Amino acid sequence: MTSSSRFGPYGGQFVPESLMGALDELEEAYRTIVPSEEFRKEMEYYLREYAGRPTPLTFCRNMSEDLSCRVYLKREDLLHSGAHKLNNALGQALLAKLMGKKRIIAETGAGQHGVAAAIAGAALGLLVEVYMGDEDMERQALNVARMRMLGATVIPVHSGSRTLKDAINEALRDWVTNVHNTHYLIGSVVGPHPFPSLVRDFQTVIGNEIRDQVMIKEGHLPDAMVACVGGGSNAIGMFSPFLDDPVELFGAEAGGEGLAGRHGATLCGGKPGVLHGAYTYLIQDAFGQILESHSVSAGLDYPGVGPEHSFLRDNKRVNYEAVTDTEAIDSFLYLSRTEGIIPALESAHAVALARKIALGRANDDILIINLSGRGDKDIAQVAAFTGDCQ
Amino acid sequence: MSSRITGAFCAAGRPLLVACTVAGDPSFDESISIIRELVCSGTDIIEIVMPFSDPVADGPVIQQAGARALASGMNTDRLFELIREVRKETEIPLLIMTYANIVVQRGIEEFYRDAARAGADGIVVADVPLEEADPFCAAAGSAGIDPILFVSQTTSPERIEKILSKASGFVYLVAVMGVTGTREEISPEAIALLKTVKERTSLPVVPGFGISTPEHVRRYAQAGADGVIIGSALVRIVGEYTSRKAGAESGIGALVKGLKISAHEN
Repeated sequence: MTSSSRFGPYGGQFVPESLMGALDELEEAYRTIVPSEEFRKEMEYYLREYAGRPTPLTFCRNMSEDLSCRVYLKREDLLHSGAHKLNNALGQALLAKLMGKKRIIAETGAGQHGVAAAIAGAALGLLVEVYMGDEDMERQALNVARMRMLGATVIPVHSGSRTLKDAINEALRDWVTNVHNTHYLIGSVVGPHPFPSLVRDFQTVIGNEIRDQVMIKEGHLPDAMVACVGGGSNAIGMFSPFLDDPVELFGAEAGGEGLAGRHGATLCGGKPGVLHGAYTYLIQDAFGQILESHSVSAGLDYPGVGPEHSFLRDNKRVNYEAVTDTEAIDSFLYLSRTEGIIPALESAHAVALARKIALGRANDDILIINLSGRGDKDIAQVAAFTGDCQ
Repeated sequence: MSSRITGAFCAAGRPLLVACTVAGDPSFDESISIIRELVCSGTDIIEIVMPFSDPVADGPVIQQAGARALASGMNTDRLFELIREVRKETEIPLLIMTYANIVVQRGIEEFYRDAARAGADGIVVADVPLEEADPFCAAAGSAGIDPILFVSQTTSPERIEKILSKASGFVYLVAVMGVTGTREEISPEAIALLKTVKERTSLPVVPGFGISTPEHVRRYAQAGADGVIIGSALVRIVGEYTSRKAGAESGIGALVKGLKISAHEN
């Protein structure tokens, strides 16, 4: 283990011996290929010409008036594919291609990462197979259809809780078996080293752009930033360039039915342990069995979290708070009706937390929300949820 | 000091049969009966799997057995209780196979200490490679437990050397690329790996994963294996009998006897 495989005590490489060769190969590629001129040029092309970067930093007039501070949205919803996931998918798919891999496997919860992987695979000529819990396939049927349309194979996972956690288990099992020709394109800052660092680096484009954009628009750094945290890739991508700056950082976790009930708020309601290759906060019982998480949002329905977030929680650099299903739905409708922007249910958690922390701020305080994805995929579910409530 | 595991390999002078069973599958009491049957039918070492909710190194058979066991109330306290019960009846070497989080949640030192007190001899942790092994090996050392480490087909020669320097008891050779579960064939790569590792160590080398037939056992024995680990082939029988609500013991006994004859033919 190299020292950089840990964030404080968190992270590491808790995987079967059979995978260590692949992780070493990936780490070598991360060190040599990612910084190379060829890779950087290719990424620049794909992000700018293909994916549509930079994404706007939108000043929200109506919300700013309503919340009495200056509210901006980082518009990852406008990225090709409709979510931030494509930044990482393009990066890893390009890396896999330069490593000589022919096949990509991915896991997906909400389906956004699966769609991003399918897009990146189609663009770069790689075979893509996506593991998805059958419960998630049902609640995210639109994204299943999109993946298939893009030429990817979607493999239903029937084991365990039949959600994101089990999709990752199956992807890891596939990788152990097919490691010679396959790259595991993990979708968040989770998993064994070097994935949490690799994925963070590909998502840091979000924070870097925010920095440039806010300096041009406001002439100084924001006062606070908010992102939702499932595995935590959009949040890390937003926070990374600001960790050493006087900017308050907030992570919105999936509070589900509330911390006393079923939830997915790993950092607020879990304790450290080992899952999917990393030592990190987990939702688990006293004996270390992982418990099923719950969230109205499939993308946040995960009982673990990226190890760097565990570190940022303990050292209190980031404040993590739980947002319930009901609060997220309320903010889904709020943003839709206040600004005409339908957020992903995941991102609606960040909007909900932003509305709370806006209270009592000065009128000229700048608050930036990472709108990590758009909400088209969630419309049927929100309609059903609000119908249930009425 | 010689452990029960080392003692078994030294005393035998022939390949040993390591039989795997999932603790608490389908229930605590039936698990004890199955272990009794394994002992009676001539198993040399028993590997007791402590199930984990997310067993990434396991195929469907052991996944399902683990789920049955957890549903029947198996947990780490009950595992040690089960080992204490078994230890009252037999001196057979007992290995625990589990995943890192089960060990970490009890506390690494506490887990190894409690395992030793209950009567376990070795511990294998499926998702702890060399990079993470130090605290586990240290705890094993203080508790008098053999830390069993893996070597796989993707392990480089340099890694093999490092792993061998930390292993004791025996070396667990992962004989397939992939998860646990029976396979039709033994790959030439597995045989080649066995020979490579045998050349570099005086520790016993024992393949596991994918082994289910007398022919498999014969081939590994001929290639110099000091034993073979039979996992899913035995665990599957428990599953089949569980669904028929009948005792799995006779099926398990018959398989063990058949495989054991093959192991001894050399």
